[in-house]
Amino acid sequence: MAKRTGIEVSIAIAEAARQANVDVVSAYPITPQTHIVEHLAQLVADGDLDAEYITVESEHTAMSACVGASAAGARVFTSTSSQGLALMNEIVYLASSLRTPVIMALANRALSGPISIWNDHSDVMNERDTGWICIFANNGQEAYDLTLMAFRIGEDRRVMLPVMVNFDGFILTHVIEPIHIFEDQEIADFIPPYEPLCVLDTDNPITVGPVGVPDVYTEAKKQQEMAIRESRPVIEEVFEEFARRYGRRYRPVETYRADDAEIVLLAQGSVIEAAEVAVDHLRDQGKKVGTVELRLWRPFPFDDLREVLCSTSIKQVVVLDRCISFGGPPGPVLSEVRSALYLEKDKPMVVGVVAGLGGRDISLEEYVEMFEIGEECLRTGKDPGEEPELVKIVGLRE
Amino acid sequence: MVEIRFHGRGGQGAVTSAELLAQAAIKEGKHAQAFPAFGAERRGAPVLAFTRISDEVIKLRTGIYHPDVVIVLDPSLVKAVPVVAGLKEGGLVVLNSKKGPGDWKKELGREDVQVASVDATSIAMEELGVPITNVVMLGALVKAKPLVGLEPLEEFIAQRFPRIAEKEIKAFRRAYQEARVE
Repeated sequence: MAKRTGIEVSIAIAEAARQANVDVVSAYPITPQTHIVEHLAQLVADGDLDAEYITVESEHTAMSACVGASAAGARVFTSTSSQGLALMNEIVYLASSLRTPVIMALANRALSGPISIWNDHSDVMNERDTGWICIFANNGQEAYDLTLMAFRIGEDRRVMLPVMVNFDGFILTHVIEPIHIFEDQEIADFIPPYEPLCVLDTDNPITVGPVGVPDVYTEAKKQQEMAIRESRPVIEEVFEEFARRYGRRYRPVETYRADDAEIVLLAQGSVIEAAEVAVDHLRDQGKKVGTVELRLWRPFPFDDLREVLCSTSIKQVVVLDRCISFGGPPGPVLSEVRSALYLEKDKPMVVGVVAGLGGRDISLEEYVEMFEIGEECLRTGKDPGEEPELVKIVGLRE
Repeated sequence: MVEIRFHGRGGQGAVTSAELLAQAAIKEGKHAQAFPAFGAERRGAPVLAFTRISDEVIKLRTGIYHPDVVIVLDPSLVKAVPVVAGLKEGGLVVLNSKKGPGDWKKELGREDVQVASVDATSIAMEELGVPITNVVMLGALVKAKPLVGLEPLEEFIAQRFPRIAEKEIKAFRRAYQEARVE
């Protein structure tokens, strides 16, 4: 039986890695992820986790150690944020290309400059095309659950890809809240020992990561693209098994009061629950509003999203981006949602807003303002994105 | 839902106060959040910590701007920062002070609020030998507003300070006894 515990979200995530019985942890401490690897280092030092904790001089080396260890057949965990992930970038791309199922807990934090230790999604969006499976948690329980499930998804023989679990820095990492923590044995049943497909072994030598000449590179990339697309049914299988075992159901696209809604706010991460409070408030006033959460970011859940948004009561989508695609469509989530709906005949209008950059708090009134922007678009049939001032930032000081 | 704001100075354990309160509430089956003001903390500088307690799932993750309760761990902070800023009408202020609640109401300019005061620094010096008032102030808080039971709170105090558990609990109980509430 899981035990309901008042625990810091970071510690719960580290506990998930312990319960998954990881073999190797390599990380370089960075705010706001710090407590996760601190706790794991302590567990290893105290003998409570039988793992190698590889200390390194940078995140670039941390990810290099993770990829090497994974290629040698180890179950591998790391955690980082912001600049740390940016410094890892070169090897992040390699982890997916080499099909090493490294599991990463990413405490989302803004990229510098100006220097910001606070939360937004510019770090993960910068890594959008690195080929990792990418999932968002919106509270502590989800961050713990999804970290556990990440091992099952990434290490599945049909997948063999690294997985990034996203959760908002500080807003989640530094909060103590009630989380149901499983018994170790329950997790041992759910996450069996990792059985690697091919292993670096001096007795039976293989090469991992050789040169891909023009004659093979395209085919290698096609295989990788197929692999991440084909991870979709496995992800849903794992979600399904988790729901069957533990009663909490996860979906690639989540909705709240969206069934008969006309306007929905679409977002990722911890903002979703706060937006739900705004939805309840507006529903009391008779407004038909709801939220849609893009939990799965890669592979992009095209079908699920179309099913929720197309040929339904929803007439207007307001996409909340937590970072800016400079000089492009204001935000990456907006861009992808619009693109996913492009060929649909019966589709809602989609407008974008940006908010919560670099730790700027989003107040309840500002969520209401986002729905009002949707209302205005629906009333006038005009998208403010078409206006000269392209980026609508909610909460911007004029 | 009750929203609580702790004012302290870096190193005084305001964050610990917020956490102990949340853990006790969670133990009682309630929903709770505890979080620090997110930033770079420095020893001695004014810091903030927050707790939310509710019978229902807490979805809000915004900052707390209109607290129901304000707790001030360090007496010097009242002059340094606007401690009652945003405090709800009829809210509660818990102060570390030798002065009584009546005097404070006048000084804070908030006759509408309830004030609890306790000489937490003296209690901490006598019982712990250091001017760390985080646990002591919780004693005054739960006397003025029984947000959580004494038992779960003492359980987490003992867990957090295993080597000085008895001293901390004695200081906590003294504050509970000695706090004046008006």
